Amino acid sequence: MYSANTVIGQTGSFAKEKRQAQDFEFKWPSQGLTSIPDWIYTSPEIYEREIERIFHGRTWNFVALEAEIPNPGDYKRSFVGPTPVVVSRNLDSTVHVFENRCAHRGVEFCRQHLGNTKEFVCPYHSWSYDLVGNLQGIPFKRGLKGEGGGMPKDFKNSDHNLKKLSVTTLNGVVFASFATDMEPIEEYLSPEILKDFNVVFAGRKLKILGYYRNELPGNWKLYHENLKDPYHATLLHSFLVTFGLMVAGSKNGMITDPKGRHGTLASAKPDNVAEALDDATKKEMRNYREDFKLADGRFLDYVREFDSPWSVTMQTIWPNLIVQRELNTLGIRHIIPNGPHSQIMMWTMFGYEGDDEEMTRHRLRQGNLMGPSGFLGLEDNEAIKFLQEGVRRSPSDRGVLKLGGETTGTTTSVIDESAIRGMYAHYRQEMGL
Amino acid sequence: MYAGYDMQPPDARTVRELRLEIEEFHTEYCNMLDRGALDHWVDFFAEDALYRVTSRENADAGLRVGLVYAEGRGMIRDRAFAILHTQMFAPRYMQHFTSNVRIVAVEGTGSSDGSLIKSQSNYLLLQTLVDGPTTIHQSGRYYDTFVRQGGRLLIRERQCVYDTVLIANDLVYPV
Repeated sequence: MYSANTVIGQTGSFAKEKRQAQDFEFKWPSQGLTSIPDWIYTSPEIYEREIERIFHGRTWNFVALEAEIPNPGDYKRSFVGPTPVVVSRNLDSTVHVFENRCAHRGVEFCRQHLGNTKEFVCPYHSWSYDLVGNLQGIPFKRGLKGEGGGMPKDFKNSDHNLKKLSVTTLNGVVFASFATDMEPIEEYLSPEILKDFNVVFAGRKLKILGYYRNELPGNWKLYHENLKDPYHATLLHSFLVTFGLMVAGSKNGMITDPKGRHGTLASAKPDNVAEALDDATKKEMRNYREDFKLADGRFLDYVREFDSPWSVTMQTIWPNLIVQRELNTLGIRHIIPNGPHSQIMMWTMFGYEGDDEEMTRHRLRQGNLMGPSGFLGLEDNEAIKFLQEGVRRSPSDRGVLKLGGETTGTTTSVIDESAIRGMYAHYRQEMGL
Repeated sequence: MYAGYDMQPPDARTVRELRLEIEEFHTEYCNMLDRGALDHWVDFFAEDALYRVTSRENADAGLRVGLVYAEGRGMIRDRAFAILHTQMFAPRYMQHFTSNVRIVAVEGTGSSDGSLIKSQSNYLLLQTLVDGPTTIHQSGRYYDTFVRQGGRLLIRERQCVYDTVLIANDLVYPV
């Protein structure tokens, strides 16, 4: 899809690991979690295994915010992993998720991002389904009068409902799973992660401010890594560093759940950055520029609307959700894996019902930090793209993750890769690697 | 799509003169962007200008978020400065093509200071990554309100509404 993806070193069925040896086996390097093999980012086989074991496995996948489908009959076209689904609110207000694939011939029937309907009708042969995904009507089910045809006598509609997923909601956020025996969402998230999740989703009704969508030509796991990697934040993003949104030496935290799959990258903005930093720290951060001054600094203001010690929390919820609280700009990012070399990102930005005009405009102004044109957002997209190109094109075959030693999980230092190692400890278990 | 853009235009002669003037404005504006002279971007805006780039999906639904959202010349200047001096991204060239300029409303005579002119124009934004092909990065439309100050037109409001909802990675430079 992304045309620049097809340029150098990329041919149709190119799989780097196959070039290395005919009888290549996916065996994790003997160094363990301090060594990350390139093939987890490039291999079509690994990608297929991820879809089966992770996205279609025992995980809760984000599919919608309830604020997007507030009324009976409202629906949203969404995805679980790469699989198209529909999120629908029934007349009794319950939320349902089913595959966006007609039970007849497989047509992806729902084409609108958001809408309201009484029923879903496949455009090809007009099979119709109710708001929970049950097959309602088949045209000419009994054939044409006098000419026969039609379905066999023993055909039962109830055997041909849309494939339904397990659904749960938590404070206005809708998750779905292909697994039928999932633990409750609170347990899945863990108390460590719930704590900051419940700051953004505290029961206040959300007000949707709008959407961004982009294709990021990099493996889906790289986005999780990016937000479990506090080290990059202080080095790549001049904006964060210069204007004190996050600097080495200020109060930061990288919190993970006990399994290591979810994370919260947290920081507390110092009141005065220049004073918070000593000269040695400034020197290490080559992007720190004391001479930078904003003509209009309003958009970096922090309105203390949350009961939290952190001014920023970026949460990675395994396997497909990012919850962004960057000062007062709030949003979620829905990750849709798109082959080993690509992911689609769906951003939903929001505020709260009851925000006054000035607060809404503050959130809109602060939105310049994030998204595919954000002062921070576009740099992450570029860096992840560069990483994917590096692992795809180079004959070298692994990366190194040694900051902080061999530990996994929660850390207080930002010069540490424990959270990424923790995620891959969990990943290896799920993937049998 | 935007309120006021379905209005009947004023008299034909005024429309023709303003259309030519706005076409010239676009030419200079796009030339500035396409040669990367972002430090002059702010010169095209009035002090209290609103500048927003957003998808057609958002615009149609009345959602206010901007991929880029600037209130006033200060924010416009800051974004230009950030792109020129702080942002990390792969080198690229951009080319804008504008057409179908349509004058939709004039408040005042059009030629007198303080006149407001509403117009819409189609744009095509091509991106060439230095090691890649040239691609259509955005197909979109400007919904503009110009104000005449000191004889020249300045942008009071520019809504860049793109149909290319799924962005190829990111949008670095302004539209």
